[in-house]
Amino acid sequence: MKLIRMKYTKWYNIMKDGLSRNNPIVIAVLGICSSLAVTNKVENAIAMGLGVTFVVMASSATISLIRKLIPAKVRMVTYMVVISAFVISVQLFLEAYFPTIAKALGAYVGLIITNCIVMGRAEAFAVKNPVKYTLIDGFASGMGYTYVLISVSIIREALAFGTILNFRVMPDGWVNWVVMAMAPGGFFILGLFIWLIRELTHYYESPQGAEQ
Amino acid sequence: MQNLFEIILGTILNHNIALVYILGMCPLIAISTNVKNAKGMGIAVVFVVTITGIINWPIYSLLKATGTTNLALLVFIITIAATVQFLELFLERFIPKLYSAFGIYLPLITVNCVVLAVSLFFVNREYTFLETAAFSFGSSVGWLLAIVLVAGIREKMSKNSDVPRGLAGKGIVFIVLGILALAFIGFTGIANI
Repeated sequence: MKLIRMKYTKWYNIMKDGLSRNNPIVIAVLGICSSLAVTNKVENAIAMGLGVTFVVMASSATISLIRKLIPAKVRMVTYMVVISAFVISVQLFLEAYFPTIAKALGAYVGLIITNCIVMGRAEAFAVKNPVKYTLIDGFASGMGYTYVLISVSIIREALAFGTILNFRVMPDGWVNWVVMAMAPGGFFILGLFIWLIRELTHYYESPQGAEQ
Repeated sequence: MQNLFEIILGTILNHNIALVYILGMCPLIAISTNVKNAKGMGIAVVFVVTITGIINWPIYSLLKATGTTNLALLVFIITIAATVQFLELFLERFIPKLYSAFGIYLPLITVNCVVLAVSLFFVNREYTFLETAAFSFGSSVGWLLAIVLVAGIREKMSKNSDVPRGLAGKGIVFIVLGILALAFIGFTGIANI
């Protein structure tokens, strides 16, 4: 089988794609679970973003290396095994060096495995492209994910706790919006953020959704 | 017994896995365009989550006995993939009616975070076997409830509402989910799990 190579020759085109035009969260709406659940504190968002970036890059590169050896029928399971190996290393790293963050993120570190971004990049890009492009692509997707996470978490932490990275930013009389630390706050802020980015990039969906 | 009932009630309402723990969002947003598909996906999830929860518990206690809990993630994900594959073949061979109803959703479930999350949560909370079974069942029913609610709202909304351009499609689902999640906060304190 001849593999179709995407016509990506310039690395900055791949970068730009991941950050804006093909942003995994805002445009493709992938990887939402973790991006909502961990964005109540900026430090959690940074840890999660870097963790995902590392896993996307490492697993894409590995899959790209062995792409000619993977039989098409079992490729999903192969991705899963590769991805979970890297996620386990992220989990052990966080537990060893940042125990408080590891505790705050809890089960969500393990859930990087089922983060659709990782799987999506493996299936859509890594199996068709050589290693060096997958590294750039993984980095771009990971950064696209991280910057949305950090933006959302800055808004949420400021409103919910009156702090950013544990520094007080709100005036003394500020009453914390408790709901912002909970699930509804995440949904609303991410929804509004998606609206903002889509207006800025002029990306509109048909009202029925993509599949109809 | 009362404890098990409390776990099921709690996971459906005030600890709803979709609207409170925000898990399983990708399929929830992608497949909730109409109620029929949403129901099919939801029922498939209930099957898979309950079965994998029950299978993963003894496996985890085996890992604990041999001191290899670091590998839990890898083992869980393989169990899940295998279960989904097995269920697909089993249904196709023996219950073709059921297979034609939700067979197409089965492959998608491997990447549904609810399945893995349930296995990771019972590890974190140190549940017994029966509690794990109740927790898996309740969580997946809670997810079914959430996806059907969202699909119902989206179906109505697609006919007669004027959504802003930038929010059309998937964007507005977040606002719907946010309002639903607010409503579910009202259940706080119904059951402790």
